[in-house]
Order: sequence, then C-alpha cells, then structure tokens
Amino acid sequence: MAEIIVVTSGKGGVGKTTTSASLAMGLARLGKRVAVIDFDVGLRNLDLIMGCERRVVYDFVNVIHGEATLKQALIRDKRFENLAVLAASQTRDKDALTKEGVEKVLKDLDADGFDIILCDSPAGIEKGAFLAMYFADRAVVVVNPEVSSVRDSDRILGLLSSKTRKAEQGGRVQEYLLLTRYNPKRVESGEMMSIADVEEVLGIKTIGVIPESPDVLSASNKGEPVILDEASIAGQAYGDAVARLMGEDRPMRFIQVEKKGLLQKLFGG
Amino acid sequence: MGIFDFLRAKPKATANIAKERLRIIVAQERSHRGAPDYLPLLRRELLEVIRKYVNVDFDAVKVDLVKDGEHEVLDISVALPETRPSENP
Repeated sequence: MAEIIVVTSGKGGVGKTTTSASLAMGLARLGKRVAVIDFDVGLRNLDLIMGCERRVVYDFVNVIHGEATLKQALIRDKRFENLAVLAASQTRDKDALTKEGVEKVLKDLDADGFDIILCDSPAGIEKGAFLAMYFADRAVVVVNPEVSSVRDSDRILGLLSSKTRKAEQGGRVQEYLLLTRYNPKRVESGEMMSIADVEEVLGIKTIGVIPESPDVLSASNKGEPVILDEASIAGQAYGDAVARLMGEDRPMRFIQVEKKGLLQKLFGG
Repeated sequence: MGIFDFLRAKPKATANIAKERLRIIVAQERSHRGAPDYLPLLRRELLEVIRKYVNVDFDAVKVDLVKDGEHEVLDISVALPETRPSENP
C-alpha cells in the first residue's frame, strides 16, 4: 500500500507548498515513485513552485468528477520521471472535493504503483484541509517559530488525532514538526523561539529545521524546488528532512550561528 | 550599517514571553478539545438565566465535561457573589 503523507499547518504562508514540493522532489531523487497532490482548490500554486504550471491540462477535481482519467491529469516531472504532480482545480466551488472522490484517487494512485502520495493541504481547517489529512498515515506539520503559527498547528494536531481515518479506527497519525524560516542568530539573542521551545509547547518530534534563506524565494521564482539547490543551506536542510522521513538518523544542521573568521569579519561575506 | 547603530536599543529578548503565553493558551485549548460544540452556547444561556435572579459575573459560570470512569459528567459550577449582611439577615 502506498504511504500517504500530509503536509499541513493550519496557518497560511508558513511554507506548506514549498515543503511539499521539496519533499516530493527529494523522495523522488531517492528513487521513490511519488505523487504529490495540491488540495488547495481555488488557489492552485503547487504547479508554480514545481515549475509545471504551463503543463496543467486536467486537475484533481476533473478526475474526481470523471471528466479526465488520472493518467491524463498527472503531470510527469521533467527532472524525475518517477515524480508526478496532480494540480488543484481553480474552481470556486468549495464542495468540489468529496471524501469518496479523494479516496478513489488515492486508491488508483496506489494501484498505479506509487510508493508515496504527498498531500499538500490548504491553510485553515475547512473541508480541503480536512480531506488532505483524512487518509494520512503520517503528517508533516509546518511551523514558523512565531506565536500564531504554533497555536494554529496545535489545532491541527488536535484534528489529526480525532478527525482522520486512522483516529477513527483507533490508531494515530504519526506527526512530525518541520520548522521553517528558522533564524539561529535571532534564536541566540532570545528574539525567536528555539526548536526546543516549540517542541516543548507542541510535544512532537522535529523532522527538519529549514533556516531562513533567500534561496527559498529564488527557487520559487524559478519553479525549481529549493531542495535541488545543492549549494543552499535550505536545500540541504530539506534533504536531511527527506532522509529522516525515510528513517535515517541525521543530526540537525544550520541551527547554530556561524562563527565568522577574522578574514570574513574584515572583508564581509 | 550606520556609525550610530550602537546607540539603538537592542531588540528585546521576547522569545520566552512567547513560549510562556503559548504554553498557557495551548494547555487551555487542549483541555476543551473533544468537548461537544454546544458547551460555549450552553454556558452563555445558563448565564443569562442565572443573571435573571442573581447578579453574577460573566465568568461566574463554569461548564466542563469531566470523565468519571465509564461516564461523562457535565460539571457545572456557579460562583455566587458574596452576600452583604443587610441582604441576608
């Protein structure tokens, strides 16, 4: 059975789509057959971040309504042929997604031989977010070290432990924390909550810490998920998170302030 | 970087304030998690009825769902105002 992983957060703008794109790309790079689905009906964006926006012909809702086959709607990635994107519909009809429809698409993806299905959740706690998490085996909760993001993600943790199929069957969705926009310098000076602070409030394990980096914006400008940027610390941090998702034990990197050498101090850099 | 930068106050270390506030609000919200959606409305209506007879504060009524073994108990407590001696001879 394909493993279903939801990328969620509650609050908007914390980096869910950026994370979904990089995790999907990273898992595909390891040879996994990956499908990534944009659940944000009405506000399609994953296609832009993945760089395949001009190749969207059919979308998730077309497949659910039987207007297109899954094969027609899946967009094969140009970089990894074992990676496919299913774009969100731009319809304004919020009821376009149904539980039965989503379940059928997930089953068909599994039958097509995908190993991992990533569900990119919309912000909020409405139907789209609920359906993105409902069938999940694991959940990556994206959090900024900031009060509103932390509080909202705790709401999401509550929903993961009650409103998912796993929870209804008496099990539980395995949850992980993924901190984004982490600024070690501001953490050191006491301006920003640390990894330990956020872990303590939420009580879940961290799977990755993505340092604040200008590379994230330039990656989205180009439509190349930042994980592909090997020189970028944000890209490397996503690479580590992917390895941890696959069970590897890796120490967290880029969470300390870099000590500048004398030459760097003199000449900048 | 300006030469008078050293005069500017450093940003305050506020992370610990954030953490403390979150700890309290998250604990409070978790305690209400899984409770039926009607509790806030029930509380408000009870308060309205009680206030017809006694002048209690807005936070005088507490409604909680408590687990007692197998059963769920609706625990309602109303704090009455201190009665003045003249009213209660």
